[in-house]
Amino acid sequence: MKPASAAPARRAFKPDWPARAGWLLLVAYVVYAVLRLDFSVDRFVTGLGHGARFLERMMPPRIAQPDSLLTGLLESLEIAVLASFAGILLSLPIGLLAARNLMPAWASWPARAVIAAARSFHPVIVAIIFVKAVGFGALAGICALVVASIGFTAKLFAEAIEEISLKQVEAVRATGASFLNVLSFGVLPQVFGRFIGFATYQLDSNLRNSTMVGIVGAGGIGGTLFSAFQRFDYDFVAAILLCIIAMIMVGEILATWVRRVFVERGRVDEE
Amino acid sequence: MNAVTPADTRGPPRQWHRFTPAQRLARFTVYLVVVAAVLQSARTVQVIPEFLLDAPEQMQDLLKRMWPIAWSHYPQGVHDALVDTLHIATLGTLLAVLMALPIGLAAAHNVVPNKAVNLLARLLLVSSRSVNSLVWALLFVAVFGPGALAGTLAIAFRSIGFIGKLLGEALEESAPGPIEALQAAGAPWLSRLAFGWWPQVKPAFWSILLFRWDINVRESAVLGLVGAGGIGMALDSAMNLFQWDRVAMVLFSIFSVVVLAEVVVTQLRKRIL
Repeated sequence: MKPASAAPARRAFKPDWPARAGWLLLVAYVVYAVLRLDFSVDRFVTGLGHGARFLERMMPPRIAQPDSLLTGLLESLEIAVLASFAGILLSLPIGLLAARNLMPAWASWPARAVIAAARSFHPVIVAIIFVKAVGFGALAGICALVVASIGFTAKLFAEAIEEISLKQVEAVRATGASFLNVLSFGVLPQVFGRFIGFATYQLDSNLRNSTMVGIVGAGGIGGTLFSAFQRFDYDFVAAILLCIIAMIMVGEILATWVRRVFVERGRVDEE
Repeated sequence: MNAVTPADTRGPPRQWHRFTPAQRLARFTVYLVVVAAVLQSARTVQVIPEFLLDAPEQMQDLLKRMWPIAWSHYPQGVHDALVDTLHIATLGTLLAVLMALPIGLAAAHNVVPNKAVNLLARLLLVSSRSVNSLVWALLFVAVFGPGALAGTLAIAFRSIGFIGKLLGEALEESAPGPIEALQAAGAPWLSRLAFGWWPQVKPAFWSILLFRWDINVRESAVLGLVGAGGIGMALDSAMNLFQWDRVAMVLFSIFSVVVLAEVVVTQLRKRIL
């Protein structure tokens, strides 16, 4: 016990002045940004009124054009499957080239540049370019999502390869194995499970994006959705959205199942 | 764990298999489904071959039209929109954090030990995540009219699911010791939150926040295509007028901002984590 005459009792949790200054700056920023972007309470309140009406018009979802809904969904699915397949196939060599522990710098830097370039634009923007290059339709969507897949999957593949243990690679190399044998017996067994995880994740993500590239004319359900919005067919919009969400959730469940098949039990936590 | 034929030293040599028959069947099924799906998609997807043959020519034409990039367009047509985009991304992220905090807390079963609340919170997070930010933008443009407000809300609503899910997982992984100690000292719930949970999830929280901000900068660049403000609107109008040199300018500015955002995030991550 301290005598009462000692300095005032130490507080267990001292006030953190720099943090408080940070909060103040944050509030100042928010006020500035809100003023700049011209938000107002008025607009928000009228918006809420619109929102209520909007929901009301959406409410019994109605499938106005079953044909275009079905073909759109199928086309989105096809875009996602083909883009994931081609994208992952291309990501394997690019990811390998980008791995700095197996490749010399002159090979890894160009590969890393390709990956960075593929990552820098949103798939919808890439889709715009491809719509100009290969015309309206599913092909533009597939090309755009292949680019997106390379940007994401190849990066993760490269990181996974960089994390492997080189001891096994050296052991295989010491037996006089060729480069391809080193890859298939020294590298691949160490990363296969994680590759499957990334691939299923990419399929999932491509499925989400394939429903969107249609907004710029690159095929899939997005075009149907966008035109329903522009015709103010909000009940059809609601139906399309529900279908998209259902498709994405089914895709997510399938992806989880595939991961479980390929990743041995007890190692799932590493993922 | 793996199947082995019954041990019998006198019989034929043992057969070792890495996987059980069920595992092999499951793997085979996955391969089969993948091949079938790819073949079926390749057969039915509608690709117009003439367009494909035309592609190199079109690409050349596009690059030629883009080439002298319209730098002079930047000060009047691009700069404001670009800054707006950054504000949309940042404000959207902040708003999302504000909404994701309570939902993330409610989703963590060790913070709120109530199954029904956990499930409800998780449902909210999943529904936020399964709607693309462009769809959120379409909805908010229909409600609030075109402009940055719709874009900010779209970014915020899409990010709730992401931030909330990761925050909930971080909370579930934190150690129970400090919280029990605070509880034993008679700390009320809010103090337990501030001094028990918060210090444990702080690094994860900042890392999630930076990660999402980086994604949001990319996403807010396209929201303008559906009228939700920011640089995408400049892109859309330049494209509708076929002013490809201006499109090139806009694309270049988006590229620079995205690269800049990534550099900022990497530096901040090194600094504070």
